[in-house]
Amino acid sequence: MEKEKLFEIKDLRISANDDDGNEVKIVKGVSFDIHKGEVVALIGESGSGKTTISLATLAYTKPGLYFSGGECCLFGKDVLSMNPLGQRDLRGGNVAYLAQSAAATFNPAITINEQVTEAAVLHGRLTQEQANERATELYHALELPDADRIGYRYPHQVSGGQLQRLMAAMALCGKPDLMVLDEPTTALDVTTQIEVLKAFKKVIREQNSAAIYVTHDLAVVAQVADHIVVLYGGEIMEQGSADQIINRPTHAYTKRLMDAVRPKPTAGMGISSVGEEHHRDVDNLQVKDMTAGYGGIVNGEPKIPILKDINVSVKNGHVVGVIGESGCGKSTLARVMAGMLPPARGDIILDGKKLEGDLRDRKLEELQKVQFVFQMADTALNPKQLIGNIIGRPLEFYHGLTGKEKHAKVSEILQLVELPPEFANRYPMELSGGQKQRINMARSLAANPEVMLCDEVTSALDSIVGANVIKLLTSLRDKTGVSFVFISHDLSTVASFADEIVVLYAGRVVEQGPTDEVLEPPFHPYTRLLISSVPEMRIGWLEDTMQKREMAVGIARGVEITARGCPFYNRCPLAIEGTCDLKTAPVRELKDGHEIHCHRSIEELQETERETQMILHGYEKLGEDDPQVHVP
Amino acid sequence: MTEETVSKKEEEVLAELDSFAELPDAPPKRKFRLSWVGYCATAVVIFWLIICLIGPSIAPFHEMDMEGDDSFLDAYSGEYGTFYLGTDYLGRDTFSRVLFGARNTIGISLAATLLAYLMGITLGILAAVKGGWIDMGISRINDAILALPTIMLGLIVIAALGSSIPILIGTAAVIYATSVFRIARALGQDIMVQDFVEAAQTRGEGIWWIIRAEVLPNAAMPLATDFGLRLVFVVLFISSLSFLGLGVQPPASDWGSMVRENLQGLTYGSWASIWPALAIATFTISINLIVDDISAKSGGSLAKKMV
Repeated sequence: MEKEKLFEIKDLRISANDDDGNEVKIVKGVSFDIHKGEVVALIGESGSGKTTISLATLAYTKPGLYFSGGECCLFGKDVLSMNPLGQRDLRGGNVAYLAQSAAATFNPAITINEQVTEAAVLHGRLTQEQANERATELYHALELPDADRIGYRYPHQVSGGQLQRLMAAMALCGKPDLMVLDEPTTALDVTTQIEVLKAFKKVIREQNSAAIYVTHDLAVVAQVADHIVVLYGGEIMEQGSADQIINRPTHAYTKRLMDAVRPKPTAGMGISSVGEEHHRDVDNLQVKDMTAGYGGIVNGEPKIPILKDINVSVKNGHVVGVIGESGCGKSTLARVMAGMLPPARGDIILDGKKLEGDLRDRKLEELQKVQFVFQMADTALNPKQLIGNIIGRPLEFYHGLTGKEKHAKVSEILQLVELPPEFANRYPMELSGGQKQRINMARSLAANPEVMLCDEVTSALDSIVGANVIKLLTSLRDKTGVSFVFISHDLSTVASFADEIVVLYAGRVVEQGPTDEVLEPPFHPYTRLLISSVPEMRIGWLEDTMQKREMAVGIARGVEITARGCPFYNRCPLAIEGTCDLKTAPVRELKDGHEIHCHRSIEELQETERETQMILHGYEKLGEDDPQVHVP
Repeated sequence: MTEETVSKKEEEVLAELDSFAELPDAPPKRKFRLSWVGYCATAVVIFWLIICLIGPSIAPFHEMDMEGDDSFLDAYSGEYGTFYLGTDYLGRDTFSRVLFGARNTIGISLAATLLAYLMGITLGILAAVKGGWIDMGISRINDAILALPTIMLGLIVIAALGSSIPILIGTAAVIYATSVFRIARALGQDIMVQDFVEAAQTRGEGIWWIIRAEVLPNAAMPLATDFGLRLVFVVLFISSLSFLGLGVQPPASDWGSMVRENLQGLTYGSWASIWPALAIATFTISINLIVDDISAKSGGSLAKKMV
């Protein structure tokens, strides 16, 4: 049955003019249809024109761009040729736009309800009373807590995931014909992403509204889209139903995108191919009983405690992955190791020697051995320095290289990060995001360090570019024998690359050990939650996951740092009242230095794993000894 | 599209992905271009700077010569019609005095602004980088000076120390260093919290290297834009002081004092006070237009910071 055609994009062309007035084509003749009640996903990397196309449905272009051809027809009427008054009714009335960051969209000084109902009332679609009623209805549909009163709060009084859902309410309030969602879950933690995806999907179904979903994440697309349009360089590479694109992609670019989606983290993914000459089973960098926080130190305790009693060791030539949601203290841990944040208690030991807490007290060679790689290459590279100077400075500073020697070494390092040596004469602005991240790492490499602390280095990158950076890191480790502390909220990235994993929750280590052990049952309940939350590129995955027990409790709440007991208590499906909330969890040691910090015994944790499998896969699978998660 | 073209297309895409073009080519270096208004303004400013250098040698009369017997003569009047812009209240040639005055007005302002920048940037960046008590100390003293009305402060200092050109320059420099300090400190603080500065700190770099290599190059452009604006303020300040009779002392010429001296001439329909006023206006407005043009090119965010 053919659904009613809602929106028709015909041979859309959008261009810009460069400095010399020449036309630069941004979108080169794109056509696709949107039917009623259908979600169309636009996927592609940054620069593929996906946001530009989605904005065209609002007859809007970013400053500097213009429509150079084609039509965008809403119910057969071209919106691009409408007069400004007509376009005004269209925007926020017929078509609603949801920007990527809810935090930046909401005005912090106005209550949520006022903002949610504003567009609907302004366009005369509803009266204020009707709009309020509709908003409350939507809050219920989006399963927001305290739905009747959440509208009277201010944006800062709700969590990030809730705000993202409230933005959906804002878009849906005036019953638009079409919703445009621009990367609505990209900046979120996996657990929050599930919460938001689930709400979006439900509300789109119930309201029977059509939507354009813009993202670069295929796994997310598989959960929400009916129709997928794959874009590259402003052109359509392939389009078809979600089932066809996900399960039977034909175009090589689509396949490439699929490859960049990292598989579900499972045991056996870690690569241990360190060259023999580098492989020594010696502790390189060690953190012992460390407590740290912000706001100064009062009586040996930080004013705002973040990390508590941390014990982590990085072995020579090993990659230690640190994972956890935002707010768990991952970056703080790296900052303490680098000496940017002196700890309140505990020691940092490098090669058996104790390091000073404050980097200003450390010796030059100690600084040289521990290098920090910043998350955002955009801000970590001085825009006014040439790449050659950026990489050359550590060579000169630590190793006293100058002139020709330095120049030769810079070329060598550029080649090591797989960039042409000519890049030395460029400014950071003249590089793409992935290239900048390589320079960012090259600068740390130039110091010839023993340990590199990488803080979310792939998080801001597109999936294909990010995958290349991980490949690079792996080869660097093999070539130079550098140890890495790799911080990420993306478990699958860490699993594909780390030898050991440290799971941080609310400033405590809840589980750590070799990657293969951590990713295999028994799990700490928090690790379990993280693993289950990584989206799979399979249609129907979202529904399956939501049935799991840990999801029901786990995704409803956020990270809270508690003074007593196990911090995961309020999100844990296995929590024991009276024990978990009062006493610090005991350390349960397993083989190969694998440890789980939990009040539940290993047997109990294993038993839970078995039950989960029962619910998910039926009883016939129980005969197998290995209760590992089924990977499609 | 036939099957063949599609597959070729695929190969192209893949080739692009594998090569460095996965990642776009370097954009051409952005050429710095002014609008036509900017060009006109630049021409005016250059014209006045040339006058500063050669003005006295091309002037038909000396600034102090009282050639005509009559004051407030009209343009092209006099015996040989050589008073191109007429004469002033003492019968001196206005045209020559404007040419001579350029050197005083622009020279003093430029010297004062440069000095203000030297003091303001040094202290401002120092306060931003060091922070803590040093920042607190300098900032509060700066606030105290900033709280006094500029003209009042100038009046008091000059009344106490007498009016000479070095004192005029020094006073203007101290007064305007306060606002330069504010801007330099704000810029410095913005830059100090950037990741690349933190990266330099974790590397163990010393404070002077951080200031020289990381902070100053990034503060240079906004500060240069502000320099133009500040210069205008100083020109107006010096002119105001001269107007009050405390600036450049007669018989030396200066645009500000020329406006004041010849004010009475307006009642007789004389243009003698209009010409120097026009000179101040063209010079200051032109500098402002250039500044506007530059800050518009840098995304306008700069202009916001200035205000």
